Amino acid sequence: MNDSPAAAIEFVNVTYRISGNRTLISDLNLSVRRGETLMLLGRSGSGKTTTLKLINRLVSQSEGKVLVDGRSTTDWDVIQLRRHIGYAIQEAGLFPHYTVEENVALVPRLERWDAERVTARVREVLQLVGLPYDEYARRYPDQLSGGQRQRVGLARALAADPEILLMDEPFGALDPITRAELQHEFLELRKTLSKTIVFVTHDVAEALMLGDRIALIDSGKLKGIFAPGEFLRSPDESVQPYVNAFRATQQILNSGA
Amino acid sequence: MSLPDFFVVHKREVLTLTGEHLWLVGVSMLLAVAIGVPLGILLSRRPALKSLVLGANNIMQTIPSLALFGLLLPVPWIGARADRLAILALTLYALLPVVRNTYTGIAGVDAPVREAAVAMGLTPRQLLWQVELPLASNVIVAGIRTATVITVGVATIAAAIGAGGLGEFIFRGLAMVDNNVILAGAIPAALMALCADFVLGLIQRSLVRRPVRTRD
Repeated sequence: MNDSPAAAIEFVNVTYRISGNRTLISDLNLSVRRGETLMLLGRSGSGKTTTLKLINRLVSQSEGKVLVDGRSTTDWDVIQLRRHIGYAIQEAGLFPHYTVEENVALVPRLERWDAERVTARVREVLQLVGLPYDEYARRYPDQLSGGQRQRVGLARALAADPEILLMDEPFGALDPITRAELQHEFLELRKTLSKTIVFVTHDVAEALMLGDRIALIDSGKLKGIFAPGEFLRSPDESVQPYVNAFRATQQILNSGA
Repeated sequence: MSLPDFFVVHKREVLTLTGEHLWLVGVSMLLAVAIGVPLGILLSRRPALKSLVLGANNIMQTIPSLALFGLLLPVPWIGARADRLAILALTLYALLPVVRNTYTGIAGVDAPVREAAVAMGLTPRQLLWQVELPLASNVIVAGIRTATVITVGVATIAAAIGAGGLGEFIFRGLAMVDNNVILAGAIPAALMALCADFVLGLIQRSLVRRPVRTRD
Protein backbone atom coordinates (compact mmCIF):
# COMPACT_ATOMS: atom_id res chain seq x y z
CA MET A 1 0.00 0.00 0.00
CA ASN A 2 2.83 2.40 -0.85
CA ASP A 3 0.71 4.39 -3.26
CA SER A 4 -2.06 4.91 -0.71
CA PRO A 5 -2.76 8.33 0.75
CA ALA A 6 -1.04 9.47 3.94
CA ALA A 7 -4.26 9.44 5.92
CA ALA A 8 -5.63 5.98 6.58
CA ILE A 9 -8.94 7.42 7.71
CA GLU A 10 -10.31 10.86 7.16
CA PHE A 11 -13.49 12.53 8.36
CA VAL A 12 -14.59 15.45 6.19
CA ASN A 13 -17.34 17.67 7.62
CA VAL A 14 -19.11 14.68 9.09
CA THR A 15 -22.42 15.18 10.83
CA TYR A 16 -24.53 12.35 12.21
CA ARG A 17 -28.10 12.89 13.28
CA ILE A 18 -30.61 10.40 14.56
CA SER A 19 -34.37 10.62 14.27
CA GLY A 20 -35.86 13.52 16.16
CA ASN A 21 -33.03 15.65 14.77
CA ARG A 22 -30.72 14.92 17.66
CA THR A 23 -27.18 15.58 16.48
CA LEU A 24 -24.68 13.07 17.85
CA ILE A 25 -21.70 14.20 15.76
CA SER A 26 -21.46 17.66 14.33
CA ASP A 27 -19.15 18.81 11.58
CA LEU A 28 -16.28 16.50 12.43
CA ASN A 29 -12.99 16.91 10.60
CA LEU A 30 -10.34 14.45 11.62
CA SER A 31 -7.50 12.68 9.93
CA VAL A 32 -5.95 9.46 11.21
CA ARG A 33 -2.39 8.98 10.02
CA ARG A 34 -1.26 5.68 8.63
CA GLY A 35 0.33 3.56 11.35
CA GLU A 36 -0.57 5.77 14.30
CA THR A 37 -2.65 4.94 17.34
CA LEU A 38 -5.26 7.62 17.75
CA MET A 39 -7.17 7.67 21.00
CA LEU A 40 -10.73 8.99 20.95
CA LEU A 41 -11.16 10.34 24.45
CA GLY A 42 -14.45 11.56 25.83
CA ARG A 43 -17.11 11.09 28.46
CA SER A 44 -19.98 8.66 28.14
CA GLY A 45 -22.34 9.83 25.42
CA SER A 46 -19.81 12.20 23.89
CA GLY A 47 -20.02 10.50 20.51
CA LYS A 48 -16.67 8.72 20.53
CA THR A 49 -18.13 5.27 19.89
CA THR A 50 -20.38 6.70 17.18
CA THR A 51 -17.29 8.22 15.58
CA LEU A 52 -15.68 4.79 15.58
CA LYS A 53 -18.76 3.14 14.08
CA LEU A 54 -18.83 5.67 11.25
CA ILE A 55 -15.51 4.24 10.06
CA ASN A 56 -16.82 0.74 9.33
CA ARG A 57 -20.33 1.97 8.58
CA LEU A 58 -22.03 0.37 11.53
CA VAL A 59 -23.71 3.77 11.37
CA SER A 60 -23.85 6.05 8.33
CA GLN A 61 -23.27 9.78 8.49
CA SER A 62 -26.05 12.19 7.62
CA GLU A 63 -23.67 14.66 5.99
CA GLY A 64 -20.05 14.76 4.97
CA LYS A 65 -17.66 12.00 4.04
CA VAL A 66 -15.61 9.37 5.77
CA LEU A 67 -12.62 8.22 3.72
CA VAL A 68 -10.89 4.92 4.34
CA ASP A 69 -7.69 4.52 2.31
CA GLY A 70 -8.73 7.58 0.37
CA ARG A 71 -12.07 6.13 -0.66
CA SER A 72 -15.40 7.24 0.70
CA THR A 73 -16.96 4.53 2.84
CA THR A 74 -20.14 4.92 0.79
CA ASP A 75 -18.14 3.87 -2.31
CA TRP A 76 -16.80 0.76 -0.60
CA ASP A 77 -18.70 -2.48 -0.68
CA VAL A 78 -19.72 -2.44 2.98
CA ILE A 79 -18.83 -6.11 3.55
CA GLN A 80 -15.38 -5.62 2.00
CA LEU A 81 -14.89 -2.46 4.04
CA ARG A 82 -15.65 -4.28 7.29
CA ARG A 83 -13.45 -7.26 6.49
CA HIS A 84 -10.65 -4.82 5.74
CA ILE A 85 -10.96 -3.34 9.24
CA GLY A 86 -10.44 -5.24 12.50
CA TYR A 87 -12.90 -4.53 15.29
CA ALA A 88 -12.52 -5.28 18.99
CA ILE A 89 -15.07 -4.29 21.61
CA GLN A 90 -15.65 -4.35 25.33
CA GLU A 91 -16.90 -7.80 26.46
CA ALA A 92 -15.22 -9.04 23.25
CA GLY A 93 -18.52 -10.13 21.63
CA LEU A 94 -17.18 -13.62 21.02
CA PHE A 95 -19.53 -16.16 19.48
CA PRO A 96 -20.44 -18.44 22.39
CA HIS A 97 -21.19 -21.41 20.11
CA TYR A 98 -17.75 -21.29 18.48
CA THR A 99 -14.47 -22.45 19.96
CA VAL A 100 -11.60 -20.00 20.31
CA GLU A 101 -10.19 -21.32 17.05
CA GLU A 102 -13.50 -20.99 15.20
CA ASN A 103 -13.96 -17.47 16.52
CA VAL A 104 -10.53 -16.36 15.37
CA ALA A 105 -10.79 -18.19 12.04
CA LEU A 106 -14.10 -16.63 11.06
CA VAL A 107 -13.01 -13.78 8.80
CA PRO A 108 -10.20 -15.73 7.09
CA ARG A 109 -12.74 -18.48 6.43
CA LEU A 110 -15.25 -16.01 5.03
CA GLU A 111 -12.46 -14.67 2.85
CA ARG A 112 -11.97 -18.24 1.61
CA TRP A 113 -8.41 -18.76 2.73
CA ASP A 114 -7.40 -22.39 2.41
CA ALA A 115 -7.62 -24.50 5.55
CA GLU A 116 -3.88 -24.79 6.18
CA ARG A 117 -3.34 -21.09 5.93
CA VAL A 118 -6.25 -20.45 8.32
CA THR A 119 -4.86 -22.83 10.95
CA ALA A 120 -1.39 -21.37 10.63
CA ARG A 121 -2.77 -17.87 11.02
CA VAL A 122 -4.91 -18.79 14.04
CA ARG A 123 -1.82 -20.31 15.66
CA GLU A 124 0.15 -17.16 14.91
CA VAL A 125 -2.35 -14.61 16.23
CA LEU A 126 -3.17 -16.62 19.34
CA GLN A 127 0.56 -16.74 20.10
CA LEU A 128 0.68 -13.01 19.48
CA VAL A 129 -1.93 -12.31 22.16
CA GLY A 130 -0.33 -14.75 24.59
CA LEU A 131 -2.70 -17.71 24.30
CA PRO A 132 -0.82 -20.86 23.22
CA TYR A 133 -2.81 -22.61 20.49
CA ASP A 134 -2.57 -26.10 21.94
CA GLU A 135 -3.98 -25.00 25.25
CA TYR A 136 -6.74 -22.63 24.14
CA ALA A 137 -7.85 -23.32 20.58
CA ARG A 138 -10.48 -25.91 21.53
CA ARG A 139 -12.02 -23.99 24.41
CA TYR A 140 -15.31 -22.18 24.31
CA PRO A 141 -15.60 -18.54 25.37
CA ASP A 142 -17.36 -19.43 28.62
CA GLN A 143 -14.32 -21.50 29.60
CA LEU A 144 -12.12 -18.40 29.54
CA SER A 145 -11.52 -15.59 32.01
CA GLY A 146 -12.49 -12.03 31.06
CA GLY A 147 -8.92 -11.15 30.17
CA GLN A 148 -8.53 -14.25 28.02
CA ARG A 149 -11.78 -13.49 26.21
CA GLN A 150 -10.51 -10.02 25.48
CA ARG A 151 -7.30 -11.48 24.09
CA VAL A 152 -9.29 -13.77 21.82
CA GLY A 153 -11.34 -10.75 20.73
CA LEU A 154 -8.11 -9.00 19.78
CA ALA A 155 -6.78 -12.10 18.02
CA ARG A 156 -10.01 -12.32 16.06
CA ALA A 157 -9.73 -8.68 15.05
CA LEU A 158 -6.15 -9.27 13.87
CA ALA A 159 -6.84 -12.58 12.14
CA ALA A 160 -7.22 -11.39 8.57
CA ASP A 161 -4.29 -9.00 9.06
CA PRO A 162 -6.29 -5.80 8.55
CA GLU A 163 -4.35 -2.57 8.23
CA ILE A 164 -6.85 -0.73 10.35
CA LEU A 165 -7.96 -1.75 13.81
CA LEU A 166 -10.89 -0.21 15.65
CA MET A 167 -11.06 -0.77 19.39
CA ASP A 168 -13.98 0.30 21.53
CA GLU A 169 -12.94 0.34 25.19
CA PRO A 170 -11.53 -3.15 24.78
CA PHE A 171 -10.13 -3.21 28.30
CA GLY A 172 -13.03 -1.39 29.95
CA ALA A 173 -14.63 -4.37 31.66
CA LEU A 174 -11.46 -5.91 33.07
CA ASP A 175 -10.14 -5.85 36.59
CA PRO A 176 -7.32 -3.30 37.09
CA ILE A 177 -4.51 -5.84 37.16
CA THR A 178 -5.59 -7.67 34.02
CA ARG A 179 -6.21 -4.31 32.36
CA ALA A 180 -2.68 -3.09 33.11
CA GLU A 181 -1.31 -6.37 31.83
CA LEU A 182 -3.21 -6.11 28.56
CA GLN A 183 -2.33 -2.44 28.15
CA HIS A 184 1.36 -3.27 28.36
CA GLU A 185 1.00 -6.11 25.92
CA PHE A 186 -0.92 -3.82 23.61
CA LEU A 187 2.06 -1.44 23.58
CA GLU A 188 4.42 -4.30 22.77
CA LEU A 189 2.10 -5.61 20.10
CA ARG A 190 1.81 -2.20 18.51
CA LYS A 191 5.56 -2.07 17.99
CA THR A 192 5.63 -5.36 16.11
CA LEU A 193 2.53 -4.69 14.02
CA SER A 194 2.29 -1.57 11.95
CA LYS A 195 -1.42 -0.96 12.16
CA THR A 196 -3.50 2.13 12.10
CA ILE A 197 -5.45 1.96 15.32
CA VAL A 198 -8.41 4.02 16.47
CA PHE A 199 -9.02 3.37 20.13
CA VAL A 200 -12.02 4.64 22.11
CA THR A 201 -11.57 5.24 25.82
CA HIS A 202 -12.91 7.39 28.65
CA ASP A 203 -9.81 6.76 30.71
CA VAL A 204 -7.29 9.63 30.59
CA ALA A 205 -4.41 7.49 31.85
CA GLU A 206 -5.11 4.88 29.18
CA ALA A 207 -5.26 7.56 26.49
CA LEU A 208 -1.95 9.06 27.63
CA MET A 209 -0.26 5.70 27.88
CA LEU A 210 -1.40 4.03 24.66
CA GLY A 211 -1.92 6.82 22.17
CA ASP A 212 0.36 8.54 19.69
CA ARG A 213 -2.25 11.25 19.63
CA ILE A 214 -5.40 11.96 21.58
CA ALA A 215 -8.55 13.34 19.96
CA LEU A 216 -10.78 14.87 22.58
CA ILE A 217 -14.46 14.61 21.80
CA ASP A 218 -17.18 16.36 23.73
CA SER A 219 -20.89 16.57 22.91
CA GLY A 220 -20.26 15.31 19.39
CA LYS A 221 -17.60 17.90 18.65
CA LEU A 222 -13.87 17.49 18.23
CA LYS A 223 -12.19 19.72 20.82
CA GLY A 224 -8.68 19.19 19.59
CA ILE A 225 -5.97 16.67 18.84
CA PHE A 226 -2.96 16.45 21.12
CA ALA A 227 0.19 14.45 21.58
CA PRO A 228 0.16 13.02 25.13
CA GLY A 229 2.70 15.62 26.34
CA GLU A 230 0.76 18.48 24.77
CA PHE A 231 -2.43 17.21 26.30
CA LEU A 232 -1.05 17.51 29.83
CA ARG A 233 0.25 21.02 29.18
CA SER A 234 -2.70 22.26 27.17
CA PRO A 235 -4.41 25.39 28.53
CA ASP A 236 -7.55 24.43 26.58
CA GLU A 237 -10.55 24.63 28.86
CA SER A 238 -12.09 21.42 27.56
CA VAL A 239 -8.86 19.56 28.30
CA GLN A 240 -8.54 20.95 31.82
CA PRO A 241 -11.12 18.73 33.56
CA TYR A 242 -9.37 15.61 32.24
CA VAL A 243 -5.91 16.80 33.22
CA ASN A 244 -7.17 17.85 36.64
CA ALA A 245 -8.79 14.48 37.23
CA PHE A 246 -5.59 12.77 36.15
CA ARG A 247 -3.39 14.98 38.36
CA ALA A 248 -5.71 14.57 41.34
CA THR A 249 -5.29 10.81 41.12
CA GLN A 250 -1.54 11.19 40.90
CA GLN A 251 -1.48 13.54 43.89
CA ILE A 252 -3.44 11.15 46.00
CA LEU A 253 -1.07 8.39 45.04
CA ASN A 254 2.00 10.54 45.72
CA SER A 255 0.79 11.84 49.07
CA GLY A 256 0.04 8.31 50.16
CA ALA A 257 3.56 7.19 49.35
CA MET B 1 -64.29 -55.88 28.73
CA SER B 2 -61.19 -54.65 30.55
CA LEU B 3 -58.99 -51.98 29.01
CA PRO B 4 -56.07 -54.34 28.13
CA ASP B 5 -58.56 -56.69 26.48
CA PHE B 6 -59.95 -53.77 24.47
CA PHE B 7 -56.47 -52.99 23.15
CA VAL B 8 -55.91 -56.63 22.20
CA VAL B 9 -59.27 -57.00 20.46
CA HIS B 10 -59.10 -53.63 18.68
CA LYS B 11 -55.37 -53.76 17.99
CA ARG B 12 -55.74 -53.03 14.31
CA GLU B 13 -58.05 -50.06 14.79
CA VAL B 14 -55.85 -48.62 17.55
CA LEU B 15 -52.86 -48.78 15.22
CA THR B 16 -54.76 -47.26 12.30
CA LEU B 17 -56.09 -44.38 14.35
CA THR B 18 -52.69 -43.81 15.95
CA GLY B 19 -51.22 -43.70 12.43
CA GLU B 20 -53.82 -41.18 11.33
CA HIS B 21 -53.16 -39.13 14.42
CA LEU B 22 -49.42 -39.14 13.78
CA TRP B 23 -50.03 -38.10 10.21
CA LEU B 24 -52.29 -35.19 11.19
CA VAL B 25 -49.79 -33.99 13.81
CA GLY B 26 -46.73 -34.60 11.62
CA VAL B 27 -48.00 -32.76 8.57
CA SER B 28 -49.37 -29.88 10.65
CA MET B 29 -46.09 -29.50 12.51
CA LEU B 30 -44.03 -29.60 9.31
CA LEU B 31 -46.22 -26.84 7.90
CA ALA B 32 -46.13 -24.86 11.14
CA VAL B 33 -42.32 -25.00 11.20
CA ALA B 34 -42.03 -24.27 7.48
CA ILE B 35 -44.20 -21.17 7.90
CA GLY B 36 -43.48 -20.24 11.51
CA VAL B 37 -39.67 -20.15 11.50
CA PRO B 38 -39.37 -17.89 8.42
CA LEU B 39 -42.16 -15.72 9.84
CA GLY B 40 -40.30 -15.43 13.16
CA ILE B 41 -37.13 -14.46 11.28
CA LEU B 42 -39.11 -11.86 9.34
CA LEU B 43 -40.40 -10.38 12.62
CA SER B 44 -36.85 -10.09 13.93
CA ARG B 45 -36.01 -8.06 10.80
CA ARG B 46 -39.20 -5.98 10.79
CA PRO B 47 -40.15 -5.41 14.42
CA ALA B 48 -42.98 -3.14 13.26
CA LEU B 49 -44.85 -6.27 12.15
CA LYS B 50 -44.38 -7.93 15.50
CA SER B 51 -47.52 -6.80 17.32
CA LEU B 52 -49.65 -7.36 14.22
CA VAL B 53 -48.49 -10.92 13.55
CA LEU B 54 -48.24 -12.07 17.15
CA GLY B 55 -51.58 -10.36 17.89
CA ALA B 56 -53.30 -12.16 15.02
CA ASN B 57 -51.75 -15.40 16.21
CA ASN B 58 -52.93 -14.78 19.76
CA ILE B 59 -56.48 -14.21 18.57
CA MET B 60 -56.23 -17.45 16.61
CA GLN B 61 -55.37 -19.26 19.82
CA THR B 62 -58.46 -17.93 21.58
CA ILE B 63 -60.83 -19.44 19.01
CA PRO B 64 -62.06 -22.75 20.43
CA SER B 65 -60.71 -25.55 18.27
CA LEU B 66 -64.11 -27.05 17.56
CA ALA B 67 -65.37 -23.66 16.34
CA LEU B 68 -62.28 -23.20 14.15
CA PHE B 69 -62.88 -26.56 12.48
CA GLY B 70 -66.46 -25.46 11.79
CA LEU B 71 -65.47 -22.01 10.58
CA LEU B 72 -63.06 -23.44 8.03
CA LEU B 73 -65.64 -25.78 6.51
CA PRO B 74 -66.81 -23.37 3.77
CA VAL B 75 -63.24 -22.64 2.59
CA PRO B 76 -63.09 -24.02 -1.01
CA TRP B 77 -60.31 -26.62 -1.48
CA ILE B 78 -59.68 -26.95 2.24
CA GLY B 79 -63.24 -27.73 3.30
CA ALA B 80 -63.60 -30.47 0.69
CA ARG B 81 -61.72 -33.00 2.79
CA ALA B 82 -61.78 -33.39 6.54
CA ASP B 83 -58.06 -34.12 6.87
CA ARG B 84 -57.06 -30.99 4.90
CA LEU B 85 -59.29 -28.95 7.11
CA ALA B 86 -57.93 -30.53 10.26
CA ILE B 87 -54.33 -29.98 9.14
CA LEU B 88 -55.00 -26.33 8.36
CA ALA B 89 -56.60 -25.73 11.75
CA LEU B 90 -53.84 -27.60 13.60
CA THR B 91 -51.18 -25.67 11.69
CA LEU B 92 -52.79 -22.38 12.68
CA TYR B 93 -52.78 -23.43 16.34
CA ALA B 94 -49.18 -24.61 16.23
CA LEU B 95 -47.97 -21.43 14.57
CA LEU B 96 -47.92 -19.11 17.57
CA PRO B 97 -45.37 -20.93 19.75
CA VAL B 98 -43.11 -21.48 16.73
CA VAL B 99 -43.23 -17.88 15.51
CA ARG B 100 -42.91 -16.42 18.97
CA ASN B 101 -39.99 -18.58 20.00
CA THR B 102 -38.15 -18.02 16.72
CA TYR B 103 -38.52 -14.28 17.21
CA THR B 104 -37.60 -14.45 20.90
CA GLY B 105 -34.60 -16.67 20.23
CA ILE B 106 -33.16 -14.38 17.59
CA ALA B 107 -33.93 -11.23 19.58
CA GLY B 108 -32.18 -12.85 22.54
CA VAL B 109 -28.79 -13.04 20.83
CA ASP B 110 -26.47 -10.75 22.80
CA ALA B 111 -26.11 -7.31 21.24
CA PRO B 112 -22.26 -7.32 21.37
CA VAL B 113 -22.21 -10.70 19.62
CA ARG B 114 -24.43 -9.44 16.84
CA GLU B 115 -22.51 -6.18 16.58
CA ALA B 116 -19.18 -8.00 16.38
CA ALA B 117 -20.56 -10.26 13.66
CA VAL B 118 -21.79 -7.33 11.59
CA ALA B 119 -18.57 -5.39 12.16
CA MET B 120 -16.51 -8.36 11.02
CA GLY B 121 -18.24 -8.23 7.68
CA LEU B 122 -20.77 -11.03 7.86
CA THR B 123 -23.48 -10.61 5.27
CA PRO B 124 -27.05 -10.57 6.60
CA ARG B 125 -27.41 -14.17 5.41
CA GLN B 126 -24.21 -15.28 7.16
CA LEU B 127 -25.30 -13.45 10.30
CA LEU B 128 -28.56 -15.40 10.25
CA TRP B 129 -27.16 -18.86 9.47
CA GLN B 130 -23.87 -18.77 11.31
CA VAL B 131 -24.74 -16.72 14.37
CA GLU B 132 -28.41 -16.02 14.99
CA LEU B 133 -30.03 -19.36 14.12
CA PRO B 134 -27.42 -21.53 15.89
CA LEU B 135 -27.69 -19.39 19.02
CA ALA B 136 -31.50 -19.30 18.85
CA SER B 137 -31.91 -22.95 17.91
CA ASN B 138 -32.66 -24.31 21.35
CA VAL B 139 -35.32 -21.64 21.96
CA ILE B 140 -36.82 -22.38 18.54
CA VAL B 141 -36.91 -26.12 19.28
CA ALA B 142 -38.52 -25.36 22.63
CA GLY B 143 -41.31 -23.61 20.70
CA ILE B 144 -41.67 -26.55 18.33
CA ARG B 145 -41.81 -28.83 21.35
CA THR B 146 -44.63 -26.85 23.00
CA ALA B 147 -46.51 -26.65 19.71
CA THR B 148 -46.19 -30.40 19.10
CA VAL B 149 -47.55 -31.33 22.51
CA ILE B 150 -50.49 -28.95 22.06
CA THR B 151 -51.14 -30.27 18.57
CA VAL B 152 -51.24 -33.90 19.70
CA GLY B 153 -53.98 -32.90 22.12
CA VAL B 154 -55.98 -30.65 19.81
CA ALA B 155 -55.78 -33.23 17.02
CA THR B 156 -58.18 -35.45 19.00
CA ILE B 157 -60.88 -32.86 18.24
CA ALA B 158 -60.30 -33.44 14.52
CA ALA B 159 -62.36 -36.62 14.84
CA ALA B 160 -65.42 -34.41 15.35
CA ILE B 161 -65.25 -33.36 11.69
CA GLY B 162 -64.42 -36.85 10.51
CA ALA B 163 -60.69 -36.38 10.05
CA GLY B 164 -59.94 -39.52 12.05
CA GLY B 165 -57.19 -39.95 14.59
CA LEU B 166 -57.37 -41.09 18.19
CA GLY B 167 -60.24 -38.67 18.82
CA GLU B 168 -62.47 -41.28 17.15
CA PHE B 169 -62.22 -43.44 20.26
CA ILE B 170 -62.74 -40.50 22.57
CA PHE B 171 -65.91 -39.30 20.82
CA ARG B 172 -67.18 -42.85 20.45
CA GLY B 173 -66.52 -43.54 24.11
CA LEU B 174 -68.33 -40.35 25.09
CA ALA B 175 -71.33 -41.38 23.01
CA MET B 176 -71.29 -44.89 24.43
CA VAL B 177 -70.54 -43.65 27.96
CA ASP B 178 -67.73 -46.21 27.99
CA ASN B 179 -64.58 -45.11 29.79
CA ASN B 180 -62.51 -47.90 28.27
CA VAL B 181 -63.19 -46.64 24.78
CA ILE B 182 -62.35 -43.08 25.84
CA LEU B 183 -59.10 -44.29 27.42
CA ALA B 184 -58.29 -46.30 24.31
CA GLY B 185 -58.01 -42.93 22.55
CA ALA B 186 -56.69 -40.86 25.41
CA ILE B 187 -53.85 -43.13 26.51
CA PRO B 188 -52.10 -43.50 23.12
CA ALA B 189 -52.55 -39.74 22.57
CA ALA B 190 -51.00 -39.00 25.94
CA LEU B 191 -48.12 -41.40 25.24
CA MET B 192 -47.60 -39.76 21.87
CA ALA B 193 -47.43 -36.32 23.52
CA LEU B 194 -44.97 -37.60 26.13
CA CYS B 195 -42.75 -39.23 23.50
CA ALA B 196 -42.72 -36.11 21.33
CA ASP B 197 -41.93 -34.03 24.39
CA PHE B 198 -39.10 -36.36 25.37
CA VAL B 199 -37.50 -36.62 21.94
CA LEU B 200 -37.73 -32.89 21.23
CA GLY B 201 -36.43 -32.25 24.73
CA LEU B 202 -33.34 -34.32 23.92
CA ILE B 203 -32.81 -32.39 20.71
CA GLN B 204 -33.28 -29.12 22.53
CA ARG B 205 -30.71 -30.03 25.18
CA SER B 206 -28.20 -31.17 22.58
CA LEU B 207 -28.45 -27.71 21.01
CA VAL B 208 -27.47 -25.89 24.16
CA ARG B 209 -23.75 -26.12 23.58
CA ARG B 210 -22.56 -25.95 27.14
CA PRO B 211 -19.15 -27.57 27.17
CA VAL B 212 -17.98 -29.09 30.41
CA ARG B 213 -16.43 -26.32 32.42
CA THR B 214 -12.72 -26.85 32.78
CA ARG B 215 -11.79 -23.41 33.96
CA ASP B 216 -9.50 -23.66 36.95
